[in-house]
Amino acid sequence: MIDKKSILIINQSAPYGSSKARESLDVALTCSIFEMPVSLLFIGDGLYQLINNQSPDALSMKKHEAMLSALPMYDIENIYITEEDLESIGLTENDLAIPVTLIQRDAIASLIQQNDSVLTF
Amino acid sequence: MKFSLIVHASPFSAQTSSTAYRYAKCLLEEGHQIFRIFYYGDGVLVANQQIAPPQDETNLLSSWQSLAKTHNLDLVVCIAAAVKRGVLDDNEAQRYDKENANLALGFELSGLGQLAEAIAVSDRVITFGN
Repeated sequence: MIDKKSILIINQSAPYGSSKARESLDVALTCSIFEMPVSLLFIGDGLYQLINNQSPDALSMKKHEAMLSALPMYDIENIYITEEDLESIGLTENDLAIPVTLIQRDAIASLIQQNDSVLTF
Repeated sequence: MKFSLIVHASPFSAQTSSTAYRYAKCLLEEGHQIFRIFYYGDGVLVANQQIAPPQDETNLLSSWQSLAKTHNLDLVVCIAAAVKRGVLDDNEAQRYDKENANLALGFELSGLGQLAEAIAVSDRVITFGN
């Protein structure tokens, strides 16, 4: 019997160049299948996972943004990024492939506190 | 307190894998309980029974095995991560038509559901990344 523990997954890795982004997504989807509430926070280089019009064909990789589009089907809708991170890479919400909730960097601590378990990729 | 550990790091390219082992050992010495160790990503490589580190280096595989034996630990290796890295139990070796299984004794291949369960039932889940 699985308790419904809430999970925050902090994504700090770029979408390609390591297997972290893909592994993180697999964990998120699995936990959601077990009806555990999952929130995702993208920080630092992790923000690059969310950019639209990715073209990783040259790397023989699957499009990460296409996999992210599965998130709503798994009821994963709490997706957070910080305004500061978005600004620091010179992008706006229009450059992102999926809808996100913008928070202040200061709010990360309370996001961590609100969740029973925190995983980092 | 009930802990679970997630080990991402390769046993030889990063310190983190051995830190996870020492952390686990320390938890048990302090009287805590370990529900499960989950090996994910390159972390699965430690479960390859064929690894043969130089004799003057720590053998992390046998360290985990002896700790698991003493404390009856549940060492679960992510099946998807393991199979693509060539860490196979008998079933998977047969399924993919490979000559030999090489999953080390004391480890078990299973799915991410085992990680979800570990998160659900543990008081603390500690990630050993890289």
